[in-house]
Amino acid sequence: MEISKLLLIMVSAIFVNNFVLSRFLGICPYLGVSRKFDSALGMGMAVTFVMTIASFITWIIQIILNHFGLSDILQTIAFILTIAALVQFIEMYLKKALPELYKALGIFLPLITTNCAILGVTLLNITQHYNLLESVVFGFSAGIGFTLALLMMASIRERLELAKVPKVFQGTAIALIIAALMSLSFMGFSGLIGE
Amino acid sequence: MNILKVFKDGILDENPTFKLVLGMCPTLAVTTSATNAIGMGLATTFVLIMSNVIISLIKDLIPSKVRIPAYIVVIATFVTLVQFVMAGFLPALNKSLGIFIPLIVVNCIIMGRAEAFAGKHNVILSFFDGLGMGIGFTLALTLIGGIREILGSNKLFGYLFFPHNYKPMLFFVLSPGGFFTMAILLAFFNWLSMKKKEA
Repeated sequence: MEISKLLLIMVSAIFVNNFVLSRFLGICPYLGVSRKFDSALGMGMAVTFVMTIASFITWIIQIILNHFGLSDILQTIAFILTIAALVQFIEMYLKKALPELYKALGIFLPLITTNCAILGVTLLNITQHYNLLESVVFGFSAGIGFTLALLMMASIRERLELAKVPKVFQGTAIALIIAALMSLSFMGFSGLIGE
Repeated sequence: MNILKVFKDGILDENPTFKLVLGMCPTLAVTTSATNAIGMGLATTFVLIMSNVIISLIKDLIPSKVRIPAYIVVIATFVTLVQFVMAGFLPALNKSLGIFIPLIVVNCIIMGRAEAFAGKHNVILSFFDGLGMGIGFTLALTLIGGIREILGSNKLFGYLFFPHNYKPMLFFVLSPGGFFTMAILLAFFNWLSMKKKEA
């Protein structure tokens, strides 16, 4: 039963309620970092990494806040500070321990603090009453869903550079049209899981 | 730099939604109806003004190395305030905006204005910058929300818009409709500014 529920969370977060295309979380990097496939992959990996760890830590922090009866007042502040600190720590750790990975993810890490998908994941974990394992799985799959959308967008935009786009649509406007079509096709998944 | 120009820039020339293209997540997510859009716009405006004012007041006290976390704490405090007011007085709006109220913290408009404007200017200018940007954001959101609500559910602010025999296009209140409406409006404003440049 446990496994099937986890699987359900994964499929739902990746396809049915894709973070970018159906929940509108993390649109800024989705439009900003999707011009090149390589940087999209780097960003996606960095986001997935931070999301998974942030889900784990904020879940524990929520328990602590609940214990002191402060979760109403301090939740938002505590979560965003945790994420900011976490990103800083990961950056420092990667720089020392895994310089190769740091080179690949480095420039994307500072951008992640203000990525609303991360704070979104941690808040959704709480509102949907996930337990620790479910939260981590949800965080990881949300990151994969984000990466998937980002990679698809980047692949299309790389080809788009050769296409003739009307002047007024150049830049963000055409990217939004692509996002609309992508989101429309992702709606085909909506019958997959009855909510 | 005078007050009027700062105020006007936020609404027109540097409109956060259509010119700077910032804060896209709430822009697309909550604009399924004009009421939601106004609620979100006003909540963001409040946080924007207050954080701009406080940050411009304390900017000399914060060491520049830790300014970003300090800004985040200020912003998150006001967002928590908004959360309480919304939950207490506007429970219906609170429910339909849901997770996007706490997510005002990571709205790039607020952080962007703190970093680009309030950290460098005095209190009065920062106040009017926040007000202008906030109104610009609210107007943009209301425009998108109005269009999506009329086309998608044949209503405006909850009241029937066209006579009964108009069949609403559900597409516009669903997520693809959000992307699509925003794309068309962005192209329209691009076209306007291009025309202005030619003339």
